[in-house]
Order: sequence, then structure tokens, then C-alpha cells
Amino acid sequence: MNEAVPSYLSPTGQEIVFLLLGAVAVGSALLVVTTKQLVHAALWLVVCFGALAGCYLVLTAEFVAWVQVLIYVGAIVALLLFGIMLTRAPIGRSDDLDSGNRVVAAIVAVATAAVLVTVVVDGFRTAYADLTPGRGSAEALGGSIFRNWVLPFEALSVLLLAALIGAIVLSRTDIRGR
Amino acid sequence: MTTHYLVLSALLFSIGAVGVLVRRNAIVVFMCVELMLNACNLAFVTFARQHGNLDGQIIAFFVMVVAAAEVVVGLAIIVTIFRTRRSASVDDANLLKY
Repeated sequence: MNEAVPSYLSPTGQEIVFLLLGAVAVGSALLVVTTKQLVHAALWLVVCFGALAGCYLVLTAEFVAWVQVLIYVGAIVALLLFGIMLTRAPIGRSDDLDSGNRVVAAIVAVATAAVLVTVVVDGFRTAYADLTPGRGSAEALGGSIFRNWVLPFEALSVLLLAALIGAIVLSRTDIRGR
Repeated sequence: MTTHYLVLSALLFSIGAVGVLVRRNAIVVFMCVELMLNACNLAFVTFARQHGNLDGQIIAFFVMVVAAAEVVVGLAIIVTIFRTRRSASVDDANLLKY
């Protein structure tokens, strides 16, 4: 089992690309959390999601990568920007974006990261994924969804309809609860 | 190999968690929740690769759809709160506190 683990001294092309994408993802995620401008946080989120889509591509999950670009970068970030505008958030620099519990939050985050990284490294040290392309194509995923996951898929479509109606009812002012 | 992806996922999850705890604007809290969901998706896809089947990727796809629905309803709630209280700060929405 151990000889399957590649050496750190001779990284493959996949690992180099993954390291670059991972550095971009972590850096932009840190900027989302620390930037002083709300709109910049949304834009750094685009960079982070794009880097994650690149990670999915390296993992040969093409369909998930493109859905990530379509849904997250295309729809969710646009919705968040609309939300920023609709709530008349401060567009320029603002210094009161962080609440007072910074120290507690830092301690919790470091503890979470330490526990997760320790468990993951300890549990999956010798795990190795053989990355051959072509397994995560839309055709393969579509076949699996409509063969094995039909009921969750249908439940999800009903959930989307419910979310749509809920958002309309919540945001219209002329519909009032009795 | 797999470990690198899982460590990246854990780091992104922690960054999202610290954002949820430290940020004051409700929409930035939302962004950080999305970050945590994405970290989980990365772990799902990694495990799907490791086990050589597609179920993890399908779950990641479902998580994305649920996240989209969550953002739609959440933004509607935030806009409604903003309309009544003139503020999108989570510190001001404290009616549920004693």
C-alpha cells in the first residue's frame, strides 16, 4: 500500500496544479473573511469558487465543475450582490464589519482546523485516488442520477419549487399572513 | 494525494466557520456558509474519486442545488428583516435573545 503514495520530492503535474489552485482558494477565502469592503468579499468569493471548480476538474469531476461555475459563480454570487445592493450595504470601506468576538472566533477556528486536519491526515494517510479522466462526465452522472437517484432528484425539484414560492411570498409586501 | 484535498477542504471549512462567527453583515455570513458548503463538496468529490464511484459527485450536485434554494430563501428573509428594521446586521436581529 505504501509504495502507491507518491513522493513529495517528485510531484506530478496534477499535484502542482492542485497546490496552485489550493493556494488560490485558501488565499481568496481568507480575503473573503478579512476584507473591509462588502463587494470585494463577494468578488473574492468568485475567485475562491473558480479555484474550487479547477480542483474538481483536476479530480476529473467535469460535470460538478461546470455546475459549480454555473450555479455558484453565475447564480449565487449574482444573488448575493443583489442582496448587498438591496440592503443598501456600505459600498466603500467600512471598519465595523467584524463583531467583537474575534479572539473567540480565532480560537474556535484554529481548534476546528487542528482537529479536522489531524483526523484527516491520520485516517487517510495512505489513501490514494487514481485519477483517470472521463469518469465524471455529464453522461455518466446523468445515467447514475436517473438510474439510482430518481427519488431524491424529484424531491429536490419539489424543494426548489417550494423555495421559489417561499421567496415570492416573503418578498412581496401585499401578501400578508392572517 | 487524497489527503491534500481533504486538508484543503478542512482549511476552507475552518475559514468559513471563522467568517460566520466574526462577520456582522448577514450577507457576508451567507457567503461564509457557502464557503463551508463548498468545502464539504470538495470532500464529497474527493471521496467519490477515492472509492471510484459516482455517488459522492451526485451528492455534491444535490448540495449545490440545495445551497441555491437556501440562498434564495435566505436573501428574501434578509431583505424582509432589512425592510422592517433598516439593518442587515446580525447583531441587530436579537429578538430571540432573552
